[in-house]
Amino acid sequence: MRFILSGIVFGFILVKSEVVSWFRIQEMFRFDSIHMYGIIGLAVVVGMIATMFIKKWNVKDVNGDPISIKEKDNSKTKNYIIGGTIFGLGWGLTGACPGPMYALIGSGYLIFLIPTLSAIFGALAYGYLKPNLPH
Amino acid sequence: MTELFTQPIPWYVAGPLIGLMLPLLWVIGNKTFGISSSFRHACASMVPSKVEYFNYDWIKEGAWNLKLVAGVLIGGVIAGLTNAGDYTVQISEATKSELTALGISNFTSLIPLEIFNWSNIVSPAGFVLMILGGFLVGFGARYAGGCTSGHAITGLATLQKASLIAVIGFFIGGLITTYAILPLILN
Repeated sequence: MRFILSGIVFGFILVKSEVVSWFRIQEMFRFDSIHMYGIIGLAVVVGMIATMFIKKWNVKDVNGDPISIKEKDNSKTKNYIIGGTIFGLGWGLTGACPGPMYALIGSGYLIFLIPTLSAIFGALAYGYLKPNLPH
Repeated sequence: MTELFTQPIPWYVAGPLIGLMLPLLWVIGNKTFGISSSFRHACASMVPSKVEYFNYDWIKEGAWNLKLVAGVLIGGVIAGLTNAGDYTVQISEATKSELTALGISNFTSLIPLEIFNWSNIVSPAGFVLMILGGFLVGFGARYAGGCTSGHAITGLATLQKASLIAVIGFFIGGLITTYAILPLILN
């Protein structure tokens, strides 16, 4: 339930702040407004400060366990640049990253079922092709 | 009070709130914020396969994530129901005129409805934007091991070199789409 509630808050903010808008993503890639940069930038800064305090105070989760901040595997740079570029191509086309895809369906744009199902199919294709891709 | 739900949220409020998703998920369940892994869990749950990438306990690892995206969908429902009728996104004039030059004339929604509609799925532009675009988002996010939430927000906030590289990739791809592919397929 706590994860569903967190998701509800996140989805609501994504729609109301227009992050889900194809127009806002176009504006971002044309560097015409601070809107998306402001949102992502401030989210990063707040996340960074939170991470700092979690480490400094050894904050525990609700079960009393120490919080484990997952580190990315920094050794395989090929994944990140190739995968990232492919993701960017799709982000520019659909005007939506994964979170906004779900939020758009919810907010009544049922047509976004199509890009979302395509994205799941894309993940499926990646799973099958993974052994043959450069990593 | 009702205004709180009907008004758009300004970027300088939305950004910090989204950033708070990180400590929230860490504290309520020791989970690291990310959305695109839901695509992997969805595949793992539906496709009985011997493919190594989908061969893991998706309920144990992914149930929380699928609940999170179910919530995102419900959050979208609430936001949609409280939106004022014709909703126009106030994008900059520069972007608006460039998009108009590409043949987009309807700005009265969150998305360009003249492209994103059911009868347009099989048209070349509709196919590329909706079906190919979605495919690349899913394929690329899993290839890169994360999307905007996992890399651009969580990864950068926790100073991961991998995420910085991925985000640079996001922008290379996005700029290619914006300046090379869209002019080719729109209009």
